[in-house]
Amino acid sequence: MDAFVLQVLNGLDKGGSYALIALGLTLIFGTLGVVNFAHGALFMLGAFCAVTLKKILTISKQVKDESITFFDAFKEVPYLELWFGETGTAIIDYAVPLSILLAIPVMLLIGLAMERGLIRFFYKRTHAEQILVTFGLAIVLQEIVKAFFGANPVPMPPPELLTGSADIGAAIGLGDSVIYPWWRLTYLLFAGIIIAAVFSFLQFTTFGMVVRAGMQDRETVGLLGINIERRFTIVFGIAAVVSGLAGVMYTPIVPPDYHLGMDFLVLSFVVVVVGGMGSLGGAVTAGFLLGILQSFASMNEVKEILPGIDQIIIFLVAVVILLVRPRGLMGRKGVMES
Amino acid sequence: MTNTTNKFKLSRRKLLTGAAAASAGAAVFSGGTPYSFVKGAYAADFRNDPSSQSFIKLGFNVPQTGPYADEGADELRAYQLAVKHLNGEGDGGMLTTMKPSSLKGNGILGKKVEYVTGDTQTKSDAARASAKRMIEKEGVTMFSGGSSSGVAIATQSLAQEMGVIFMCGLTHSNDTTGKDKRRYGFRHFFNAYQSGAALGPVLKEEMGTDRRAYHLTADYTWGWTQEESIKNTTEGLGWETVNTVKTPVGAGDFSQYITPVLNSGADVLILNHYGKDMINSLTQAVQFGLRDKQVNGKNFEIIVPLFSRLMAQGAGENIKGILGTTNWNWALQDAGSQAFVKSFGQEYGFPPSQAAHTCYVQTLLYANACEMAGTFYPPEVIKALEGFEFDGMGNGPTEYRAADHQCFKDVLVVRGNANPSTQFDLLEIVKEVPRAQVEYDPAIFGGDLGPYEV
Amino acid sequence: MITATPRKDLLLMGIFTLAVLTMPIWLAPIGASYPDLLQRFAIFGIFAIGFNILFGLTGYLSFGHAAFLGVGSYTAVWSFKLLSMSVVPAVIFGVITSGLFAVVIGYISLRRSGIYFSILTLAFAQMSYNLAYSVLTPITNGETGLQLSLNDPRALDSLVGVTPTSGIPPTNFFGIEMSGYSGFYFCAILMIIGFYISMRIFRSPFGMMLRAVKSNSNRMSYTGLNMRPYTLTAFVISGMYAGLAGSLMAVTDPLAGAERMQWTASGEVVLMTILGGVGTLIGPVIGAGVIKYFENIFSAINENVLHGIFDFLPEILQDGAVAVLSLFVGEGWHLTLGMLFMLIVVFLPGGMVEGFTRIYSRIRNKNNKNNGEAGSVGSAEVQPGE
Repeated sequence: MDAFVLQVLNGLDKGGSYALIALGLTLIFGTLGVVNFAHGALFMLGAFCAVTLKKILTISKQVKDESITFFDAFKEVPYLELWFGETGTAIIDYAVPLSILLAIPVMLLIGLAMERGLIRFFYKRTHAEQILVTFGLAIVLQEIVKAFFGANPVPMPPPELLTGSADIGAAIGLGDSVIYPWWRLTYLLFAGIIIAAVFSFLQFTTFGMVVRAGMQDRETVGLLGINIERRFTIVFGIAAVVSGLAGVMYTPIVPPDYHLGMDFLVLSFVVVVVGGMGSLGGAVTAGFLLGILQSFASMNEVKEILPGIDQIIIFLVAVVILLVRPRGLMGRKGVMES
Repeated sequence: MTNTTNKFKLSRRKLLTGAAAASAGAAVFSGGTPYSFVKGAYAADFRNDPSSQSFIKLGFNVPQTGPYADEGADELRAYQLAVKHLNGEGDGGMLTTMKPSSLKGNGILGKKVEYVTGDTQTKSDAARASAKRMIEKEGVTMFSGGSSSGVAIATQSLAQEMGVIFMCGLTHSNDTTGKDKRRYGFRHFFNAYQSGAALGPVLKEEMGTDRRAYHLTADYTWGWTQEESIKNTTEGLGWETVNTVKTPVGAGDFSQYITPVLNSGADVLILNHYGKDMINSLTQAVQFGLRDKQVNGKNFEIIVPLFSRLMAQGAGENIKGILGTTNWNWALQDAGSQAFVKSFGQEYGFPPSQAAHTCYVQTLLYANACEMAGTFYPPEVIKALEGFEFDGMGNGPTEYRAADHQCFKDVLVVRGNANPSTQFDLLEIVKEVPRAQVEYDPAIFGGDLGPYEV
Repeated sequence: MITATPRKDLLLMGIFTLAVLTMPIWLAPIGASYPDLLQRFAIFGIFAIGFNILFGLTGYLSFGHAAFLGVGSYTAVWSFKLLSMSVVPAVIFGVITSGLFAVVIGYISLRRSGIYFSILTLAFAQMSYNLAYSVLTPITNGETGLQLSLNDPRALDSLVGVTPTSGIPPTNFFGIEMSGYSGFYFCAILMIIGFYISMRIFRSPFGMMLRAVKSNSNRMSYTGLNMRPYTLTAFVISGMYAGLAGSLMAVTDPLAGAERMQWTASGEVVLMTILGGVGTLIGPVIGAGVIKYFENIFSAINENVLHGIFDFLPEILQDGAVAVLSLFVGEGWHLTLGMLFMLIVVFLPGGMVEGFTRIYSRIRNKNNKNNGEAGSVGSAEVQPGE
């Protein structure tokens, strides 16, 4: 039972990150019709927003360690701590959550620049060409990050308050081995909030209504005299922000490196396809579903019966879904089925 | 299309007149190659013989892209430093401390050392392609490098086929000098077996003989050999192995493998992961509160059998207090290590990693063997390296065992430094385990070195 | 140029053959004339030619072709291990096994089209890769890669009494060792044959049918035609090309690793094809050459080499030039490749072949004007080659 509860939590947690990335991806596909292979790179750039902020916050006064003569070894004290004492330490401690404030404008700008500068020239081109150009962009972005930050992962601890684990077992009357890291619970909550925010934005605002209309029938909306292009540009920016934020909050779980985006790329496409191309609800559902399936497939009991199943479960699900229900779990009939 | 063919035509016409055409044309009909040597024609006739030129070329094949790019960059720095020192530039580094040494600081056998570089991408195919370019095009007489055992084994067997000596960089699998050993491959780095043997006594001392261990193992050859070696050691101490779980390489999030540890009854977690996998699994295991846990009345412990400084950097705070082994550390106080750290630090502004150390030493050892043999002829150089005993290169008295081309030397047991005084002071040395404790019978791993002449 | 005639095809074929066979000569000035890279040009040329039969003609974008490459390699190495060091059975079995794999994967994947097809093929390839890397290690030898060993049975060889004297015997084609230049010519001749077959397919009614599928598959099905057999045939043929390429990799270098099947390897052949020119005959070969050139030559240019190149400049300029350029070569070669993809797709959607065509027609236009000819043959509409 304990193990079961824990694996469900693991699955939801994984699902949260899958859903956030897939959400942006499917939003872009649903509105702009673009297959964006640089979407993983946006996730990675988000993570490096956090790294950058942390670097800025911890700019340090360097005191040379005189005991080492043949290279410069420093004892470092961040200026923030020198100037503000404990307040400074606390600010540095909250570098990751604070990065959200930095990541929103930065990712929005990156998203808008990407769409205006490159993606918009590819609306009428084939999917293959879209894939190639965005893949090229992804490589360029990750190589630039590598040039600045190196190839080694950068540790990004969560705030002191949220390190350690919550004793869920005691709370819900299970054994004492049902504990779960606070930060992962935070991530789950955060994913829920972002997903809810995106949905209510699309559901309850005029802007969202127009965008949804545009997803249904771009031409008619255009004929009504609405500048759907401009709105779609903003949608791209929003998608970039969503995956960027997912990246920021993910850094304490997986220390980011320049290759983070590529690691998520294939997976996020599978999630989108399983959920149904262009379906927002589908992306979220599929994200959580695949997360949970992956967790359960990794259990020793399962692996004993089917060795290696944890390595292929995601793809197996994709194959089965595509064969049995090609439009995905919640995809609209006719989308991409030609 | 016509245009492309036009271009072809032009180049062909222009070049057909060249002398190159004649030789390549001859190659076509004879089926031979202008570069490769003809087998058995003359004993001292070997591939990329530098004796007719004033320099000798070495090839440094390191990961420049992919997850180990930073490690590769550090290896390359060490190689460049070694070349400098061999050519008599700089302060000489370990040339001054190596004993016995035939190196004169005037290149190798009087020939200036030059080098070419390549990118292994940490993929066997790419590494072999890059090595072949070095051998076939650049004409290197020896090549070296690597940051993964798969790559090392693949390039080592290429070395045997081509008859060019390969000095392994960082590779830790038992197979490199075990079942996949080659006559033309040499490893200075230690291996998983030695990690286990070195950890054993320390584990006993620190954690006792009544422990229950849980392994998470990267699901590929290196992971398996390490799991096996560590398991043998710990079971020898009387520990019980609760479970061994294979995790996919590059899993990123290991939570689904970590949570079962919580209620498995285990009180030690052993992470047979390297690089990014290790950084992620350790970070997450600590997040899950494993280090704060009490199981069976004991503190829960995590062990990472193979450590490196780059991994320690990536794991940050989480490395504190974690036990592991390493081949070498810059904080060692012997003359050789000090000399090397000094010249590396002055050149680049920070201390070398263990990968840099092993690559530097390997280059010097090869050069020294050529001097000892008095020739570049590989079989003679190999014989000079086999059984070679030396000191002053860090790690104390060392022997290149002839039976499997594995170096035997002291192994370091280290712990993540709880209170680093500087940004490089991430690992503290717990114990220098003497060489005698990590030696083993070469027969246990099998394998066959193959012939001297190829 | 634009309409294909048997005469022009023959000319193309002749020029192609000549160009390929003389590669060791005309590639020498750019430092690409050494056996291993030449072999790779030919092998990946075959891979890309085959991929283009599927993607270029039918428009079905497979992201899993590397799986067939891997299967071909594994089969070939097993053939060396179990049967004989002769390359003939290795190549034949490599092509057959990957063909069989292609039938199965193609049969399932082709039930869907568009991006769904891509994801299906990707899923199959990633599953193959993940399993080959870990669980299937007894067959594939996992991360280390499948290698030959001295104790392999080599049943056919020992049957005819060939036993190795020292070391592992080399792969051979009726006694000719398949390393070095002879290996290249073996691959090159197979590439020329592959190119010829691909050309015949392009010109055949079958090829016409595939192109019809690409241009409007709905209309095709309205005419009551079942396209599946045609696309499946194309899929299997291109899978067999990949298998041939894979077995040739094992022929020139008897080792097979799982990473050959990774999705990035599948992506690489897509990039080769688009870079060179999708749906053109020669494009994929050029694309393959360019990418392999980058991978092997650009990645090897280090700061030391750059300093050598800019030796003639004063020191400050030299350092500056080296600092800037070293971002793009050596460890930065991925950056150059990424930028190249973007530039090509943005400005030359037809790939490099379109670039050549444009330059060609521009030159011809100029000539026409100079000669005072009023005609503007082929100037108005430049179609991507073929």
